[in-house]
Amino acid sequence: MMEQVPETKASTTERLLPRQSPVLTPGHTLETITDKIVSIVLRRPVTLGWLGGFAFFFGLLNLMLFAMAYLFFRGVGIWGINIPVGWGFAIVNFVWWVGIGHAGTLISAILLLLKQRWRNSINRFAEAMTLFAVACAGMFPLVHTGRPWLAYWLFPYPNTMGVWPQFRSPLLWDVFAVSTYATISALFWFVGLIPDLATFRDTATNPVAKTIYGLLAMGWRGSARHWKRYESAYLLLAGLATPLVLSVHTVVSFDFAISILPGWHTTVFPPYFVAGAIYSGFAMVLVLAIPIRRFYGVQDMMTLRHLDNAAKVMLGTGLIVAYGYAMEAFYAYYSGNAYELFMFKNRLLGPMAWSYWCLILFNILIPQVLWIRKVRLNPAMLFCTSLVILFGMWLERFVIVVTSLHRDFLPSSWGMYVATRWDYAVFAGTLGLFFSAMFLFVRLMPMITIFEMRMLLPQAKLSEEVAAHD
Amino acid sequence: MTEPFTAPALHGIVAEFTTPDGLVVACRKAHAAGYRRMDAYTPYPLEEAADAIGFEKTRVPLLTLVGGILGGLSGYLLQYWVHVLAYPLNVGGRPLHSWPSFIIITFEMTILFAGITAVVGMLTLNGLPQPYHPIFNHPRFSAASRDRFFLCIEAADPKFDLYETTLFLQATDAIDVAEVAD
Repeated sequence: MMEQVPETKASTTERLLPRQSPVLTPGHTLETITDKIVSIVLRRPVTLGWLGGFAFFFGLLNLMLFAMAYLFFRGVGIWGINIPVGWGFAIVNFVWWVGIGHAGTLISAILLLLKQRWRNSINRFAEAMTLFAVACAGMFPLVHTGRPWLAYWLFPYPNTMGVWPQFRSPLLWDVFAVSTYATISALFWFVGLIPDLATFRDTATNPVAKTIYGLLAMGWRGSARHWKRYESAYLLLAGLATPLVLSVHTVVSFDFAISILPGWHTTVFPPYFVAGAIYSGFAMVLVLAIPIRRFYGVQDMMTLRHLDNAAKVMLGTGLIVAYGYAMEAFYAYYSGNAYELFMFKNRLLGPMAWSYWCLILFNILIPQVLWIRKVRLNPAMLFCTSLVILFGMWLERFVIVVTSLHRDFLPSSWGMYVATRWDYAVFAGTLGLFFSAMFLFVRLMPMITIFEMRMLLPQAKLSEEVAAHD
Repeated sequence: MTEPFTAPALHGIVAEFTTPDGLVVACRKAHAAGYRRMDAYTPYPLEEAADAIGFEKTRVPLLTLVGGILGGLSGYLLQYWVHVLAYPLNVGGRPLHSWPSFIIITFEMTILFAGITAVVGMLTLNGLPQPYHPIFNHPRFSAASRDRFFLCIEAADPKFDLYETTLFLQATDAIDVAEVAD
């Protein structure tokens, strides 16, 4: 019953003619697309490779739980933060993780509105990536408060203390922006899943799986009336998520830009943060997509065209980020402000100079290899470049947070920042949380949107005479 | 005491198609023949099918607009109430009603309410979650989420007639026409 689609290796012609490389390799039908995506979850046995990878990241996740337990027991003093650097890794990681989430929303919402149909095969797992990244991000400000069990004080609710939150503070804007973003991303992801969960319900043979997918599918039956409302709601969500995703990193940048600290108080921050977010997010998409398409044999659905397009987005947003760095330098020089000028000199030559120069190397210089088409079409090289960019974007946030804080206006209040092993443990732990969630996701949910892939098929469209009815 | 035997009530007659063309043409014919209580089932969104059975407008966008406006208003009014009326804090003599700093939360609340309304509105109008629907009694209906297209003319339609409607559906491109119990 199950005809397996032959696993397509990127052929020589595909390598030579990337522009002709299709979004979906020809030869698929409604049946084969369904079978292929469903079989990854419902038929494929659990492999040793999956178990090994999951065990590794699950171990890291447990490291996080351990580090967090110790943190709650002892307090934030176990981290390297102190006055003057009170933000440290917690905020660096927060900004990094939120940024990574942005690519998922960009792919699912903005590319949908721009009618970029190639997104159909990567949007589902990119949205899952967004959800997990935002979950990792949200944890940092929470535990950074020192007393996370009182974090609900950030929300406006009538209380016996008779006080209300300060809505004029960027930190409170952040609470609203990130929680709205998490909610809308989860809704968008779940709404997209409903029809595919119905397919799973109808295909699963295991009664437990059938029941669970059936409950999640909520009785979806593919009625034309339902589809019409569904498409309308989905498009509206995309339209709402588009300004939302741009606003989230803008608000994150306000955490910095609204303050008066040298190096933070600049108007270039919002666009430069958003571009950086998309830059690192696409790098994470590639870090996930390249192994997934290889290990699950979905090169015919995530083709070289997808990798090429993602690489081009990285190249473009990377150049915007480079422009942001150039403008930071220009502002420092042109402002004529001694503190701004000193801050910049301190970045270039101060005790944290290594981080700035690594940043330039990882974020600006090395990614220029993406101009070369051969690199964009070589999954292994693209994977390495993406890792470099991810590390570079983490360093960018480190440079912004630490170099501005550690030497501000008065030399008497200067200090140094050194991260402790607990800082690293929590960061590695969130990587564990993120990747173990991704490992579970590819085995439990359709990682490629089945119904949207069906729409890419030529036979899914009406013939011209039927379509031209009206 | 035994219940008298009665045949299960009929939900409708279901025609099965292999192509979107066959389905849409049949839907248009059925609509032209005066059938109204019917529904098409497809494995992916096919807007023409909804148009063909006479379902052209959805109220989801209107609901979303209302949700967004309510969200924006409640976001702004909450901040106004807190900072001007309930808990006025004088920070360096700045105005209490400092509207520029209220914009972001107003915007986020607009998006949040609109998004939730779009999803909840869509599900409510669709009648989901729905634990039971008679169409699932069709023996091959699981293919509707896979590669087949179905048209169901419901017994509740005033023009419905078991014999006539069956003949009518058999005259389309359907590969199979079957009765489905309620």
